[in-house]
Amino acid sequence: MTKIGEWVEVCTSDAIAPEEAMRFSQGERSFAIIRSLEGNFFAIDGHCSHEKVHLADGIVDGNIIECPKHFGTFDYRTGEARALPACVDLRRYEIKVDSNVVFIKI
Amino acid sequence: MKQERAMIIVGAGEAGTAAAVALRQGGWPGRVILIGSEATLPYERPPLSKGLLTEGEDSGPKFLITAQRLRELAIDYLAGVNVLSIDRATNTVSLQGGELLAYERLLLATGARPRTLGVPVDPECRMVTLRTYADAVAIRQTLRPGCGVVVIGGGFIGLEVAASAVSRGASVTVLEAGPRLLMRAVPASIAERIKAKHLDAGVRIELDATVAGIEAVEEQSLVSLADGRSFPADLVLVGVGAVPNVELAQAAGLAIEKGIAASDTLATSDPDIFTAGDCCSFPHRLYGERVRLEVWRNAWQQGAIAAANMLGLGSAYESVPWFWSDQYDETLQIAGIYSNSDAAVNRDLGDKGQICFYLAPGGRLVAACGFGSLATISKDIRIAETMIGRRMRPDPDALANPAIAIKSLAS
Ligand SMILES: Cc1cc2nc3c(=O)[nH]c(=O)nc-3n(C[C@H](O)[C@H](O)[C@H](O)COP(=O)(O)OP(=O)(O)OC[C@H]3O[C@@H](n4cnc5c(N)ncnc54)[C@H](O)[C@@H]3O)c2cc1C
Ligand code: FES
Repeated sequence: MTKIGEWVEVCTSDAIAPEEAMRFSQGERSFAIIRSLEGNFFAIDGHCSHEKVHLADGIVDGNIIECPKHFGTFDYRTGEARALPACVDLRRYEIKVDSNVVFIKI
Repeated sequence: MKQERAMIIVGAGEAGTAAAVALRQGGWPGRVILIGSEATLPYERPPLSKGLLTEGEDSGPKFLITAQRLRELAIDYLAGVNVLSIDRATNTVSLQGGELLAYERLLLATGARPRTLGVPVDPECRMVTLRTYADAVAIRQTLRPGCGVVVIGGGFIGLEVAASAVSRGASVTVLEAGPRLLMRAVPASIAERIKAKHLDAGVRIELDATVAGIEAVEEQSLVSLADGRSFPADLVLVGVGAVPNVELAQAAGLAIEKGIAASDTLATSDPDIFTAGDCCSFPHRLYGERVRLEVWRNAWQQGAIAAANMLGLGSAYESVPWFWSDQYDETLQIAGIYSNSDAAVNRDLGDKGQICFYLAPGGRLVAACGFGSLATISKDIRIAETMIGRRMRPDPDALANPAIAIKSLAS
């Protein structure tokens, strides 16, 4: 069992292309792992705060990930809701890359 | 003492509420008064035909804004109040109850109401339409396993209610007057896929079914067709479209054409009065004609633009129209508007779904309609929306070829 605050291995760093997102689930919880155009990794809650739709299917553009359902947007660096109908912020999680492996602190 | 003139918004739906917030965000320092005839806080309508009918009895509306947020933004929200008339000579509106309020600028965001059937209906019948939260609660209370529901109209709202009702164990029949479902809204091949989903779920669908009348027979309602057939029901839902609420504007002498007629900056024929959402028609630059949309994203985007223009910004509304509907576990998304003269290009994604692109004569992409899982279609419809806005002319063969990424055609 993973404990709160533990680093968990997600994938190798080449598994996500720049400006793409990936779904990562741990038990009941699900996250969206995003790789920016510059190649940095970020992690936020997987589901949109408007309805329960996974953000990993959405478009990544600049610092924004857009929900595929009604196009609410979030700043994936902070989890902040940026455009309607999303108005509740998401949680962000720490990410580290170690020897080409991506880890999330959940 | 002279009353301070306020920004007044009539109608607290999606458009009116977005406008109230945008007026504050745009820096208006005076009063903002949002007036709505419904008694609740402003709420989202799309869930009324979807989740709200299938969730438990205690689930409430999905509010657009909290009471606390209204207070923080100093928006005066008058709930359950009807605006009765507009006096353009004195810039005032009169409220039910007799109060007069003076406006600096006025926004009419009065929405639309369900169209009525236009055939004889016995007043004893359990016949309902669906526009408000109260309507949805009334429908939800009737949906019991085994109860008989007849849906008149195979449009989006009728089909969503049919899907929700059948999932609650009701026995559902959809009566559609046209030769197929969603006649004007989606291409025939997508309508077929949607129909197949409904048939699989156990919904009965009758096409070319023109309703002649509804009578009350014992505890039930009997819907009879022009061809003599009849269908008994515990509940009859009428979903035959909506008509814009233009009466307030019309009585004040504002121009009406398909809806409350606005310019592309959403000003009505009176420069102090603006309009947004389902009630308004406006010239769309991408399509070169006056359109009235009944879609959710348009409503709140127009609300925000109208607010900016009430503050003097003068920006045109030119967003690509976008609509979605949920049908069981699949979704339909439409970007843009197409007409019969546009050429259809089909992108078949097999079992996963289908996207139909529409090219105007000359090859400009004007619309895209996708049906399938969200993961399958949403990105491509989103990219198509951008391409439509940029007036692009993509190669039809590439659009039709699922091996070529739509993204690669957008640059
Ligand atoms: C059941 C249902 C499902 C839908 N599903 C979808 C969907 O899946 N996708 C999609 O894109 N769109 C959908 N829509 C459409 C979408 O909800 C509308 O486009 C949107 O609500 C329009 O917002 P509006 O603010 O223009 O009008 P409305 O939401 O209709 O709000 C107008 C408000 O003004 C009030 N009003 C009118 N006259 C007065 C007056 N004189 N004084 C005071 N108040 C007044 C009305 O009572 C109402 O509350 C759906 C609509 C319904 C009804
Ligand atoms: S579910 Fe994400 S914006 Fe609606």
